[in-house]
Amino acid sequence: MIWAAVLLLAAGCYAVKLLGLSVPAAALERPLVRKLAALVPIATLSALIALQTFAEGRTLVVDARAAGLAAAAVALLLRAPFLVVVAAAVVVTAAVRALTG
Amino acid sequence: MTTTPAQSSQPLSQPPRARAAVVRDALGVGVTVGLSGFAFGVTSAGSGLSVAQTCVLSLLVFTGASQFALVGALGAGGNPLAAVTGALFLGVRNAFYGLRLSQLLGLPAAVRPLAAQWVIDETSAVALAQPDRAGARLGFTVTGLSLYLGWNLTTLLGAVGAATLGDPSGWGLDAAGPAVFLALLVPMLRPGRPRPDRSHERHDRPKRAARARLRGSRPRISWGHIRERQEPLVAAAAVVLALGCLPYVPAGVPILVAALAAPAVLAAGRIGAGARGGSA
Repeated sequence: MIWAAVLLLAAGCYAVKLLGLSVPAAALERPLVRKLAALVPIATLSALIALQTFAEGRTLVVDARAAGLAAAAVALLLRAPFLVVVAAAVVVTAAVRALTG
Repeated sequence: MTTTPAQSSQPLSQPPRARAAVVRDALGVGVTVGLSGFAFGVTSAGSGLSVAQTCVLSLLVFTGASQFALVGALGAGGNPLAAVTGALFLGVRNAFYGLRLSQLLGLPAAVRPLAAQWVIDETSAVALAQPDRAGARLGFTVTGLSLYLGWNLTTLLGAVGAATLGDPSGWGLDAAGPAVFLALLVPMLRPGRPRPDRSHERHDRPKRAARARLRGSRPRISWGHIRERQEPLVAAAAVVLALGCLPYVPAGVPILVAALAAPAVLAAGRIGAGARGGSA
């Protein structure tokens, strides 16, 4: 099932990329379509952040991951490079686990 | 379309120094972002995907946010079809990059299927920043090639390395996914096209509002201002929707419910605009 998901996503993502390069501009240039295309990734990313930080199965928890996300937010505010932002989250999460677990 | 900040005096073929600058910028982006494939490799292996599945994702999907979303959803025990749908939502923006790039790059039909795989955030940002077609083609190619090689190589290293690290949660690696998404999300919340330095903009708006207050007038609220606020509103609504429905729906579905925040906020904005237009 994982292989099917991997290949399905590969086909879908490639089709979307090729579509943009191939269709006449007028088809996708409508303001509503553009606006939706900008807003849907924002909704999906925000939801992913919340779910992967606060979801444990089907319950909500606040644990070491929340501290890690806060560290990433601070790193972003300080304009740290991408890898430093991710490393901050990982290190702080591990540290909080080590201290509390 | 005005994607190219036109310098009409610029010749079509660039001088060597300008070409070198394009290559340097493109390599900078390509190598830095390419390295972060390591985070994906580790996360994917930690979510239970094999090294082969992880590497095929980077080779064939090659759009970071969608890859992280898929392995995150599968790792959480989500329905595979829902996981793919959620990940595809994140890839839709690439179609709009392609739209801009096809006019800018002017690719022959035979090259298009090959170039398509490289149509992502970073290649588009570099290509769209160039003043002419030659620079855009060069930037797109160098960014695409260096990022594709780097991303796939570090994905392999991360996936193999994760096997020796053991349980990713013990190392805090389960926090890598949300941090990656946050780093991708923050630039999207700022209105307008990404620019090298936006620090002044952030402080400018409150200052303007304060000046307006000093003059005794309310800060001018236009339809444009309200549209600008749609991005944070969508983000907040999506978080509420996702966490709110989590206990009641199968795994993988909350992300699809949260995607409805985008059309909902757009519709609410239109109704608001209509009401104001009627009363004005």
